Amino acid sequence: MQLQVMMSSGFSVFRVGISFIIMCSFYMPTVGSLLELSPQKYFSTLQPGKASLAYFCQADSPRTSVFLEELNEAVRPLQDYGISVAKVNCVKEEISRYCGKEKDLMKAYLFKGNILLREFPTDTLFDVNAIVAHVLFALLFNEVKYITNLEDLQNIENALKGNANIIFSYVRAIGIPEHRAVMEAAFVYGTTYQFVLTTEIALLESIGSEDVEYAHLYFFHCKLVLDLTQQCRRTLMEQPLTTLNIHLFIKTMKAPLLTEVAEDPQQVSTVHLQLGLPLVFIVSQQATYEADRRTAEWVAWRLLGKAGVLLLLRDSLEVNIPQHANVVFKRAEKGVPVEFLVLHDVDLIISHVEHNTHIEEIQEDEDDDMEGPDIDVQDDEVAETVFRDRKRKLPLELTVELTEETFNATVMASDSIVLFYAGWQAVSMAFLQSYVDVAVKLKGTSTMLLTRINCADWSDVCTKQNVTEFPIVKMYKKGENPVSYAGMLGTKDLLKFIQLNRISYPVNITSIQEAEEYLSGELYKDLISYSSVSVLGLFSPTMTTAKEDFSEAGNYLKGYVITGIYSEEDVLLLSNKYAASLPALLLARHTEGKIESIPLANTRAEDIVQIVTDALLEMFPEITVENLPSYFRLQKPLLILFSDGSINPQYKKAILTLVKQKYLDSLTPCWLNLKKTPVGRQILRAYFDPLPPLPVLVLVNLHSGGQVFAFPSDQAIIEENLVLWLKKLEAGLENHITILPAQEWKPPLPAYDFLSMMDAATSQHSTRKIPKCMKETDVQENDKEQHEDKSAVRKEPIETLRIKHWNRSNWFKEAEKSFRHDKEL
Amino acid sequence: MGLSAAAPLWGPPGLLLAIALHPALSVPPRRDYCVLGAGPAGLQMAYFLQRAGRDYEVFERAPRPGSFFTRYPRHRKLISINKRYTGKANAEFNLRHDWNSLLSHDRRLLFRHYSRAYFPDARDMVHYLGDFADTLGLRVQYNTTIAHVTLDKDRRAWNGHYFILTDQKGQVHQCSVLLVATGLSVPNQVDFPGSENVEGYESVSIDPEDFIGQNVLILGRGNSAFETAENILGVTNFIHMLSRSRVRLSWATHYVGDLRAINNGLLDTYQLKSLDGLLESDLRDLAILKDSKGKLHVTLKFFLEEASTNQSADAITLPQDDNDNFAMRVPYDRVIRCLGWNFDFSIFNKSLRLNSGNAFGKKYPLIRASYESKGSRGLFILGTASHSVDYRKSAGGFIHGFRYTVRAVHRLLEHRHHSVAWPATELPITQLTSSIVRRVNEASGLYQMFGVLADVILLKENAMAFEYLEEFPVQMLAQLETLTGRKARHGLFVINMEYGRNFSGPDKDVFFDDRSVGHTEDAWQSNFLHPVIYYYRYLPTEQEVRFRPAHWPLPRPTAIHHIVEDFLTDWTAPIGHILPLRRFLENCLDTDLRSFYAESCFLFALTRQKLPPFCQQGYLRMQGLVSTESLRQHRVENRLLRDDAPMGRDLEDSSQQPGNQELLGAPLAPGPLAQSLDSNKEEL
Repeated sequence: MQLQVMMSSGFSVFRVGISFIIMCSFYMPTVGSLLELSPQKYFSTLQPGKASLAYFCQADSPRTSVFLEELNEAVRPLQDYGISVAKVNCVKEEISRYCGKEKDLMKAYLFKGNILLREFPTDTLFDVNAIVAHVLFALLFNEVKYITNLEDLQNIENALKGNANIIFSYVRAIGIPEHRAVMEAAFVYGTTYQFVLTTEIALLESIGSEDVEYAHLYFFHCKLVLDLTQQCRRTLMEQPLTTLNIHLFIKTMKAPLLTEVAEDPQQVSTVHLQLGLPLVFIVSQQATYEADRRTAEWVAWRLLGKAGVLLLLRDSLEVNIPQHANVVFKRAEKGVPVEFLVLHDVDLIISHVEHNTHIEEIQEDEDDDMEGPDIDVQDDEVAETVFRDRKRKLPLELTVELTEETFNATVMASDSIVLFYAGWQAVSMAFLQSYVDVAVKLKGTSTMLLTRINCADWSDVCTKQNVTEFPIVKMYKKGENPVSYAGMLGTKDLLKFIQLNRISYPVNITSIQEAEEYLSGELYKDLISYSSVSVLGLFSPTMTTAKEDFSEAGNYLKGYVITGIYSEEDVLLLSNKYAASLPALLLARHTEGKIESIPLANTRAEDIVQIVTDALLEMFPEITVENLPSYFRLQKPLLILFSDGSINPQYKKAILTLVKQKYLDSLTPCWLNLKKTPVGRQILRAYFDPLPPLPVLVLVNLHSGGQVFAFPSDQAIIEENLVLWLKKLEAGLENHITILPAQEWKPPLPAYDFLSMMDAATSQHSTRKIPKCMKETDVQENDKEQHEDKSAVRKEPIETLRIKHWNRSNWFKEAEKSFRHDKEL
Repeated sequence: MGLSAAAPLWGPPGLLLAIALHPALSVPPRRDYCVLGAGPAGLQMAYFLQRAGRDYEVFERAPRPGSFFTRYPRHRKLISINKRYTGKANAEFNLRHDWNSLLSHDRRLLFRHYSRAYFPDARDMVHYLGDFADTLGLRVQYNTTIAHVTLDKDRRAWNGHYFILTDQKGQVHQCSVLLVATGLSVPNQVDFPGSENVEGYESVSIDPEDFIGQNVLILGRGNSAFETAENILGVTNFIHMLSRSRVRLSWATHYVGDLRAINNGLLDTYQLKSLDGLLESDLRDLAILKDSKGKLHVTLKFFLEEASTNQSADAITLPQDDNDNFAMRVPYDRVIRCLGWNFDFSIFNKSLRLNSGNAFGKKYPLIRASYESKGSRGLFILGTASHSVDYRKSAGGFIHGFRYTVRAVHRLLEHRHHSVAWPATELPITQLTSSIVRRVNEASGLYQMFGVLADVILLKENAMAFEYLEEFPVQMLAQLETLTGRKARHGLFVINMEYGRNFSGPDKDVFFDDRSVGHTEDAWQSNFLHPVIYYYRYLPTEQEVRFRPAHWPLPRPTAIHHIVEDFLTDWTAPIGHILPLRRFLENCLDTDLRSFYAESCFLFALTRQKLPPFCQQGYLRMQGLVSTESLRQHRVENRLLRDDAPMGRDLEDSSQQPGNQELLGAPLAPGPLAQSLDSNKEEL
């Protein structure tokens, strides 16, 4: 879209742009080919005031034909500048002084009318860029001053102060593509600006440039300078030197530095937006107008070429803008709402702009280098990693591969875990790796048989097992219905599930002593590393329904939490000891060595499940990739302490105190260990710019509004400060540092629009509308690859219709590519 | 019941009267479903009715199933391929290349267990069908010829009338639904003067000895004509073949009913000028005369009409009298008619309004795309006789096609009469791409009945889930809700298999250069059978289906996707097949269908207000996909995941389009972060 707008502006102003379009749409074979003439004929065609490049040659030799190819390429671009190109064949009958005596001495000559301007040895015209650059350079002798030292530059600068602006550029050598780009720009803007060119690195260094190995282009703002002792301001063009970029750069230089507006920022549009640059509105009030204007000008100079800067007069504004906002940021992308910002430092404005346009620049770079966001490039991380890992051999032999013939016999004969997967599905294959890891870890220790069945081969078996999606893990135990695994698809959780399933659910505890061992973790010593909590249901022998409900819950929780049941006659001994009234649950937290009791009165199975699941939640957990979903479910704002490594016990104590004092009931307090969960660093980057020192405490309102608040980093994380901060937050006195984006997840890239392609194919008319330049590039390719006319003709519409509809400005990009293609040849 | 018909022969007169009156007075035996014919289609329907526990009966005139195959094809070689090996284990996929088996849950009832021949013997088919009926215990009443079918209006009946079937013994059967699977049983005869001199395919000798040194003319150009020729090619002087239209080679038309390569030996000898030949003419203009020596001459009906009556055959004008190089000027020893078969309309009473189709569908009864007769509700045509729906297009006239259309009819009936909705699997939207990939890679019904049966995906509200319906008769798309009992309120996808638009035809060169398409962006120009997915925002109306654009199997969709044809018909390539499909689905549904590791979901959960469906339906339900170390390594190496080293450089832009730049390999450009971190520290 943006590019399209740029195109249309190119139409009106930019001559190179126009000629390039002409090239695309009206180019006819007769125009673009190299004329071959005899010397006499050639000189008769020269017109007064018109430039013409002629190559005089005697006979074709391999060496000259390479040059001729390049010359041929240059015919079209030169024609666009009104320069004709010819190959003059020196024949014996017509001796011309331009005809060299030997093959090696053949040269090209540039005439204006019939006056010889320059002669070029063919090795200076090494490619099409060199040809165009040299020819324009010779013709624009007055418009482009070539200098070699700083003194020359200062002289020109001084001469032009108060009169005109300068476009100063450094290129590594004459004849390279950057030189051509500068010359093409000079052809268009040479009368408006003074172009100055150098190839001296020293000169570039002396004006303070870094990265001197690249081409540079500066805009010297000399017209505004009235005091001769003052230096002209300079603006460096940051994009690579291409014709298009120079054009865009000059356009932004021409735009007013600062504009005052008093309308809704959402509606404001300037040339910057059309050029794909954002707008920065400095909000001003009458009282501070002068100061604001000075600030705005200062910002405008800093952002010249990067963004448009406007002064927004709040007092005469009809729409409301948030009270505290002092800067409004509007992106060039259509339909993106403006952002209201509170930025108290000019540098923050600058960094905000640079930060927010950075990505785009990179994407443009990609466009230039490659195809742009190619819809044929995998952007699914799972599919991509699985694909890249496809050649690694997994120790699959540790799992038993089942088939239709062996499936039933195997799962009947022994307790088995079955992984149902599809060989072609990336998620399945990613999980298969974890599954094999489990097999490696369990090797020789488990009675559970690890098996797998590829549903791409044994589709019927999977359907019979009611498996309609992949991957699915089921556990088959003798005498029990198969159970589907519902945990994380990863090694750790699956291993836990398998290990915890070594016992029955709930475990029937038969003596007080056994119960105590169970609660202390002694009974299932090897399992409590998988389940930090053991649940014991206490029932008197007569409570049959309550026992049934508990058993049901225990069965539901199997593989996730250890559950046991005790309902002997002496159950009261236990209930008295733990101060529980029957029926009750005892929860033994092994890590903390605590046992708590929860009464169960007419509690249904699903409620018991809920009680146990809730009990598994910690008061101040370390949040990890694995456990976030359990806390996320609570739908409360997260209070996260980001810590680089283990948490400082003092902070932990402070927060736990607040938890106990019920200050944090409406929040989920937690902490994140960046060493263990490195992705936390990316989260911080989304919240902060720049990153504050660690630890940092953040409140994230995930479920309503997405505001992120940061505990002031200059305050100590102690109870009093935290309480005060929380109160201010509650009272709405704290400003958020950022709002999490609320965008929907849209298709990452467009799809092929086959429907339009089919439509285009059915109406011949519309195929003709396709810009011709695309055909030509393809025809060129065809010429190289195949010579049969018939197939090329048949192929043509196919090739032309290969339009990727991911971008409406696509044809422009294609054209640009072919444009570049020309240059590169 | 069987006794009542037999008893009168020897019972006392009084009893005779009583018993004879009995069927007339009392209600005749009533069935919910009556199936006519125990051929492949009849048995297939019986199987589904039996599995569903329905009240049904099959009537078969012969003592065993598949009587057609006891006599036909005359030369005993079936041209339905019996591919026993495909290199694949997938049973559903293998049915794509098994043209003879009927559908059943019993693995033993696969045709490959009945014949080792690639082109099996017809006796094996008889054997197979017999086993199919016996093993599955299908209810077939053999030796029962239904001689007459009529309607009996009754408001209580399912369809407002009962079908009254009368068998050869006068026994009457009352049926709520009538499923006619009688095939095409009447040889097609063209009436022209001298047609009495012509032998029919159904009775001509199949012993090559009988043709030694003879000149033979065969009328017709189908597989039976060529099969007949093939048998005697080596012993005759020559064979000429005559038919109205040019030969249609099945490998050019992609229609299995056209001439198959296995039968086309005569084409070879014709083109190599080995005396055999092909001719085109309308048979109705011809006449065949027998001369005094018993030789047969071809002439025009016109000459015959010119000549006055009772002229001797030798005196009648022959075309070569005027036109001395007339192609068929040699006399023939034999003329054989191989003109195909017609449906037997004779047993159906007019009240059933079972009419023949028009134009080229004359030999078939007129039916809807749901296989129900246009004339009477509750009367369905199954099997070969139902081929008018896809004549010369798909495989509905053959076992490997109609076994699926029979299942479709059964599903329609289950919903109509037993409130069993069309079977469907409901899945979360994250499974959408996979469920399509799975089906296009294994489904045999879609593959065989391309353009006729198509899978339909009905989206649920907000497109967070969908229902997958298999093999729906796609021409009935507009009536989908009433026919299946499923709701299509939120848009739908239709998955169809198609050949390229201009690829097939009797005169097409199917071996031209560049016939196969490899680029995904050219997928819409694929020529060979490939999956095509149609997206409709709303269920098309009947009007839209009927007045769809020419050559379109379906009305114009909102968007369309072609999965590029594949030489191996294996559409599981991650980039070539699955990725473009996902992009299409994403753009139809306006969502992101990518899969993410738990770590990415974690990041999104804490940095965005919304999560992609994969994270919502997996990670947030504690079923996230955890990446193993080696996969994680690939993510880091390929910049799918930013390495989170403490001094990592920053590109994060939280307000950009979600997900893009975190995952797509945006090259890590030198960023200002390191600097700003430092300066920040100074400020502090």
